[in-house]
Amino acid sequence: MELLLQYIVAGVTYGTIYAIVAIGFNIIYNTTGIINFAQGEFVMLGGMTAFTLKEYLPLPVAIISAVIITMIIGALIEIVFIRWLHKPSVLRMIIITIGLSILIRETALHIWGEGVTALPYFTGTSVTSVNLGGVFVSPQVFWAVGISSIMVILLGIFFNFTLLGKQMRACSANREAARLCGISTRNMVTFSFMLSAGIGALGGCIVSPITYIQYDSGSQLAIKGFTVAILGGLGNSTAAVAAAMILGILESFSIWALPAAYKDVVSIAIMLIILFVKPSGLFGNAAAARLKEY
Amino acid sequence: MTTLLTVEKLSKRFGGLQAVNEVSFSVEAGSIKALIGPNGAGKTTLFNLISGVIAPDSGVINFCGSQVQGLRPHQVASKGMARTFQHIRLFPKMSVLENIMIGRHIHSRAGFVAGMLSIPYTWSEEKQIREKAHEIMAFLDLESLAHVEATSLSYGQQRNVELGRALACEPKLLLLDEPAAGLNMSETTELGALISRIRNTGITVLIVEHDMGLVMDISDEILVLSYGKKIADDKPLAIQSNSEVINVYLGEDEDDA
Amino acid sequence: MSAKFIQIFGFAVTIVAIQVFTQLTDSSFHLTQFTMTAYYSLLVIGLCMLIGYAGQISLGHAGFFAIGGYMSAFLTTHNLAAMKGTPFIALLSKLGLLVERKDLYGGELLAFHPWSACILSVCTVLVIAYVIGGPVLKLKGHYLAMATLGFGIIIYRIVLGTSSLGAADGISGVPGFSIFPGVMIGGSGSGRILNYYVAWGIVIAGMTFLLNLIGSRVGRALSAIHGAEDAAEAMGIPTANYKLRVFVLSAGFAAVAGVLLTHYNGSIGPSEASVMKSVRYVAIVAIGGMTSLWGAISMSLILNYFSLRGSFGTYDDAVFGVILILIMLFAPDGLIRKQVLGDLKSYLKRIRSKAVAS
Repeated sequence: MELLLQYIVAGVTYGTIYAIVAIGFNIIYNTTGIINFAQGEFVMLGGMTAFTLKEYLPLPVAIISAVIITMIIGALIEIVFIRWLHKPSVLRMIIITIGLSILIRETALHIWGEGVTALPYFTGTSVTSVNLGGVFVSPQVFWAVGISSIMVILLGIFFNFTLLGKQMRACSANREAARLCGISTRNMVTFSFMLSAGIGALGGCIVSPITYIQYDSGSQLAIKGFTVAILGGLGNSTAAVAAAMILGILESFSIWALPAAYKDVVSIAIMLIILFVKPSGLFGNAAAARLKEY
Repeated sequence: MTTLLTVEKLSKRFGGLQAVNEVSFSVEAGSIKALIGPNGAGKTTLFNLISGVIAPDSGVINFCGSQVQGLRPHQVASKGMARTFQHIRLFPKMSVLENIMIGRHIHSRAGFVAGMLSIPYTWSEEKQIREKAHEIMAFLDLESLAHVEATSLSYGQQRNVELGRALACEPKLLLLDEPAAGLNMSETTELGALISRIRNTGITVLIVEHDMGLVMDISDEILVLSYGKKIADDKPLAIQSNSEVINVYLGEDEDDA
Repeated sequence: MSAKFIQIFGFAVTIVAIQVFTQLTDSSFHLTQFTMTAYYSLLVIGLCMLIGYAGQISLGHAGFFAIGGYMSAFLTTHNLAAMKGTPFIALLSKLGLLVERKDLYGGELLAFHPWSACILSVCTVLVIAYVIGGPVLKLKGHYLAMATLGFGIIIYRIVLGTSSLGAADGISGVPGFSIFPGVMIGGSGSGRILNYYVAWGIVIAGMTFLLNLIGSRVGRALSAIHGAEDAAEAMGIPTANYKLRVFVLSAGFAAVAGVLLTHYNGSIGPSEASVMKSVRYVAIVAIGGMTSLWGAISMSLILNYFSLRGSFGTYDDAVFGVILILIMLFAPDGLIRKQVLGDLKSYLKRIRSKAVAS
């Protein structure tokens, strides 16, 4: 029983990071219709930048600075590479964002090398643990789950109650109509890149002590995040959080049945099955989804 | 006269909208039948049902003695039904000749292996495809444009290329989806003459059209739809004096004008 | 027809010229990289068919390459001597599918003959491509890209995590593949020049097949599918079936490439299955201009060669990334095209008219 709970806790921990990446995907997808293949790289950049900055700054300041720096990078990427393209085809956008992910990863390799980095635990150390009814949980798990929950709530408030948030939603509902209403759709796209870069970076910082981050962690996270986004139905962030927990827990239980080396195989196989059977996602509305192109 | 196409109690619902409601009609071989109705009457849906783009919820479509409802569009096409689109759908980056050659697909058979190995029978087949395409271009007066990229042509010319592509299928039934849309009056008159010429070669035509002049001019029979239901199916003269049609369609049309 | 032969002939002349050049400059060791390039090019032209002519992206072709390579490597190195007595092995042996040779330490080794291993591997890949291609090709755009990427990662994880496939080390000691008596791909002591010509000969054969296909009824149908799928379907082209067949065909090219390169190198490792490899193949096709087999093969020749020579150093992947972005931003139709000059002219004209307007 305790072992079971231990697995669930591990699953939730990984689920949290998957949810963060998936939300990043969804924000950009909603405003642009693009899947940003470089989303995982934002997570990596956040974790790595914070790791470097914490040499000079107190940890909270280092994390906030890393998030801001990554947001600036996200905005710059959009402005330099994407903003001026005129109605690019999906294939072209896929290849451009893949190219960007390679570029960011290789740059990170030349800045930070191949080494594995980890931020210190926010409270306590790697051996500190809280006894939760017989299950030992690292306090970092609470940090991760707590910060992510707050983030999801704040995003909800942002999209539902602020003008900027509403404009971004208008953009996702109908770009042409939004433009006719005087919303600068271009700025919304830049802003969505900034926002999802920031969210990714924060995610990178909070999981870095648990999972470690290195220059090529991004693509791994991207595919998991995408799996989760698909499971929840692309564009639906609340469902993505639920899907992330399911995937995280499934993954951690898969270790019972399969060698750990095949953990990724399980989650990607799940993604393929969902894509084949119900591309609108587990919670998606099949009727509405039929109008979209898969 | 024999019946080429029979549609019985065909229905299709999209969510809360009954787009096509128990529509039945038939098309005689060698005739021109028009399908009219106000916007949103379900004409294009009916077209898509017949050509296999969408599957009906219920009902039977009998074409040339076999049931075709629920078949894929390419299966319907290979049974001898060709269509044009409301918004012209030519193949970009391909010449007029190549576009029309595509129409010969169902009448040729070279597959992947034969194509890769360039087996001799494919050569003569290609030659036949090319000859037939030229024949059709001559019929439509497109010969001089054979090697021009099709999507770079004027609207009216593109319309003709699309028609040529459909004719290259040598269809038994030709479905035309608003062919006169975007044409001026003299072009419309030419189109009417062309459609009559096509019928005279033995091809049956089913046409969706808004231009009443054209419809009254060329059709043998007219089917009127309103809100997914058939409200009339008769000769043009009878349609013109049908009070229900005047109410739901012509009446409304006059208001608009 | 004749234009096609002139192109192929010109390409063959280039291949000979490269060999003669290396001979004259006494640098024939370069031929090793050129030979490897040939096998990668085989995959690239197959992928070009899929992406450029059928309009379907695949980010998982390194997976097909790896399945072919790994399976052939496993079959030709896995020792069946201990199971010699079992009826199944005896049957295989009787059918002439197996071959006996000495292993590195002089022990008895009974394994599949390269020919039977090659055919089995390629057929397996074709079956796998057929089975996954059905559902995968129903997807479009991002979903298709992610699904094929997912397939690639699964294969990568499997070869990396399976100890009987050598895990991180891969499989080595793969014997040479004598395709005809006296013509051996790989293996010790086989001629470098012979290998070079065999490899490029195979590529030219593959190229001829694909060029024939493009010029045929099927090629026309594929362009139609790429241009307007609904209209192609309405013209009686079974679009789903055609897309599946091109997918299987391109997977077949990848499998043959994987098998032959593995025998040539004598080994295969998990990096051959990595996502970066798949991306690289897509990059080459994109740089070559998507819809140009000649563009794809010339870019493959140049980029693979320099990459294999290590000319890009530690920036190898970065170079591909940068080229990919630049091409997609400024010349999404690729570099190798007839209209390059025309484009340049219209671009200059646009700039000039803009300057005039302001």
